[in-house]
Amino acid sequence: MSTEVLEPAGPSKGIITLVHLYPREMSIYGDRGNTHALASRIRRHGYTAEVVLHDPGDDLRHDAHLFMGGGGQDSGQARVEADLEAVGPTLQAMAADGVPMLVICGMYQLFGNSFHTVTGQVLPGLGVLDVTTRGNDRRMIGPVCLETEYGRVVGYENHSGSTVLGEGQQPFGRVLSGHGNNGEDGLEGARTLNVIGTYLHGPLLPANPMVSDALIAVAAERATGRPFEPEPMSDPLADEARERQVRRLIGHR
Amino acid sequence: MLRTAAAVVAGKTARALARRRGGGSAFPGLVAERIQPRILRRSLSGVHGGIVVVSGTNGKTTTTKMLVAVLRAHGRSVFTNPTGSNFTRGVLSEMLPQLPLSGRLVSDMVVVELDEAHAMRFIDEVPPTHALLLNVARDQLDRFAEIDHTAALLARLGAASTEGVVANADDPFIARAADAVDVPVHWFGLDALIADRLPELTEHDARFDDEPLTREYGPGDARLRPVDERVFDIVFDDVTVGPVTLRQRGLAAMINATAATTTARMLLGEAFDAATAATALAAVQPPFGRGEVIMVDGQPLELVLVKNPAGFGVALSTYGTTPVATMIAINDNDADGRDVSWLYDVSFASLRERGVAVTSGVRAYDMALRLHYDDVHTGRVVPDLDTALDAFTAGHPDEPKRIFCTYTAMMALRRTLAARHGLAQFGEDGPQ
Repeated sequence: MSTEVLEPAGPSKGIITLVHLYPREMSIYGDRGNTHALASRIRRHGYTAEVVLHDPGDDLRHDAHLFMGGGGQDSGQARVEADLEAVGPTLQAMAADGVPMLVICGMYQLFGNSFHTVTGQVLPGLGVLDVTTRGNDRRMIGPVCLETEYGRVVGYENHSGSTVLGEGQQPFGRVLSGHGNNGEDGLEGARTLNVIGTYLHGPLLPANPMVSDALIAVAAERATGRPFEPEPMSDPLADEARERQVRRLIGHR
Repeated sequence: MLRTAAAVVAGKTARALARRRGGGSAFPGLVAERIQPRILRRSLSGVHGGIVVVSGTNGKTTTTKMLVAVLRAHGRSVFTNPTGSNFTRGVLSEMLPQLPLSGRLVSDMVVVELDEAHAMRFIDEVPPTHALLLNVARDQLDRFAEIDHTAALLARLGAASTEGVVANADDPFIARAADAVDVPVHWFGLDALIADRLPELTEHDARFDDEPLTREYGPGDARLRPVDERVFDIVFDDVTVGPVTLRQRGLAAMINATAATTTARMLLGEAFDAATAATALAAVQPPFGRGEVIMVDGQPLELVLVKNPAGFGVALSTYGTTPVATMIAINDNDADGRDVSWLYDVSFASLRERGVAVTSGVRAYDMALRLHYDDVHTGRVVPDLDTALDAFTAGHPDEPKRIFCTYTAMMALRRTLAARHGLAQFGEDGPQ
C-alpha cells in the first residue's frame, strides 16, 4: 500500500480518502487517469486528497470515502481474486452504506453477480451490482457516447464480456453510439446507490468532470459530515474534448 | 509457372498504377495474391541465406534498418520492407518490382519487420529461418486486446523459426517465449553495469515479474555497454563491436543496434566482422519520424513518432533533456490506435517547465486536457495539423523545435513539410 496526501492551494475543507483498488494489476486502459482526475478535482474543490493505492494483501481502508477500480487482463484478474474475496464483504457493506465507487471494465464485471466463461466456468462476483456477464467470442471495441443522468458522457470500450442487467437494476446510461453492456439492449453500465459500474475507460473522468463531481460530492459529505462545498470552476478543455467526441459520434442530435 | 508469371505481371502493373495515384502500398500485393495465392512462399523459395522476421512492440523499423545495413556491409544482398509497411501484403508489394517472371526473388537474405499479427500471417505462408523478438508493451490494445495475447503471438513466431531466435534478455515476456523454443537462442540486453536504466526502455508498471532476470551470457550473446550518452560498445564474450556513435539519440536506439548486431552475427557466423558492423551502424540514418531532423528556416525540427506509453516515455526521456519548443499531435485513426486512453499512462512532468506550444490532431483537446492534469501549460489548441504547424513554426522562429506525433499525424505533417522544405520521399531515404 502507498499513500499520498495532496493539499489544496488554500485552507482545506477536509480530508477525502480515495482508494484505487489494484493499480498494478487492474489498470490497463489509463485507469490511473481516473484516480488522477479525482484527486486533482478534490484539491481544486478545496479539499485534501489522500490517495491510497491498495495492492493485494493490504488491509482495506475501512474509513475510505471513495473507491476507484479499473480494468485488467485475465492474468491481472487472476492475481487479485484472492484479495478481492477477502475484502469483498467490507466493500459490499460500504457500498450498501452509500460509499461512492467507480468500477470500470474488469472491476465492473467483478462487482456483478457472476462471470460465465466461454468454457462454461462460473466465477462468482461481489454482487454489489445486479449484473451477469458472459464471455464472448466477439470483442466490443470502439468509442462510446452515452446519455446519462449526469449529461452526455464519452469514453472508449474494449471488452469481450457481454453483461446483462438484472430486473430493476439501473444502467449507468443509454447508448447513443457504441455497443454498451452487450450490444443489444442499448444499455451501458450499472448504478446502485453511489456505485457506478461501466465499460467506459478513456479514461472516463478527465473528459466527463460532472461524473467526478457527482462522486466527490457524496465523498465530501461522508468525509466532513457537512454538505459538499464545491468551488465554482470551468472546464473548457474537458468540455471541448467531450463535445467534439459527441459531435463525431452522434452529430448534432 | 504461368500462373506465377501472370501474378507477377498483374502485381507489377497494379503497383505502377497505384504509384501513379500515390498510395495503396498493400494493393499490388493483393492483386498478385489473388492470381497466385502462394506467391509469397514461391518468391522466397530461392533465398538461402536466411529469412528473418523482426517483431515486437517498439523499435522494429529502426532495428530492421540497422540489421539490413550491417548485412549489406558484409556484402550480402538483402531484401527488406523499408517503408515501415509492416504487413504481409506490403512486403509482397515492395518485392514486386524486383521479381523476375519466375517469381523467385534473387537475394541472399530477407529481413522483414512485421507487427505481431501480420507475423502470424507471414509464418503461415513462409517459415522464417530466424526471428528477432524485441519487446512487448501495451500498444494498440484496441487491436490486440491484451499484452498477454501479444506475447503469445511473439512466442508463436519464435516457435515457427527453423534455425534460430534472437531475443531480448531483459523483457520477461520475450525471455519466456524464447526459453520455450527448440532452436538455438542468442540473447541481447543491457550490461549489468547499467541494469538500473532498464525503466527507460520498458513500461515497468505494466509488468508483474519485477524480479530482475539474471541470465548468463554465452557465446553469440551481446550486451550493451554505453561509454557515454552518445557512444557505446556491443560486447560479445570474444569480441567487442565499437565504440559506436549512432546518428539517432538515446538508449532505445543503442539497444536496437545491439539487437541488430546479435542477429547479424548469428546469420553471418564466421563471416561477421566487428569493424564492418560498427562502421555500418554509424552510417544508418534515423528512419523517418524516429528522431528525423528537418531544417525549417535554419532551425532543426525533429519529428518523433509516439505510439504507446512505453514509446512515449522513452521519447520524452530521450529527447526531453534539451530545451526546445514542443508540439504534440494526436490522431485516433486506425493506424494510430483509436483508443487514446494510453496518454494517461505517460507522465508529461518533464514538459512542465517549458510547457507545450501547440497541441494538434483530431484529439488535440484531449491532449491539452491530459497535459492540464499534469500541470503542463498548453499555449494553443489547433486541431488542424497544417494550421498548427504554421502557428508552431511562426511562433518559434529562432529555436529548435520538436513534434511528438502519432502515425497518421506524422504522415500528414511530413507531407506538408516535404512540400514546403523538399524532403525525401516517403519510405525512402533519399539518394544514398
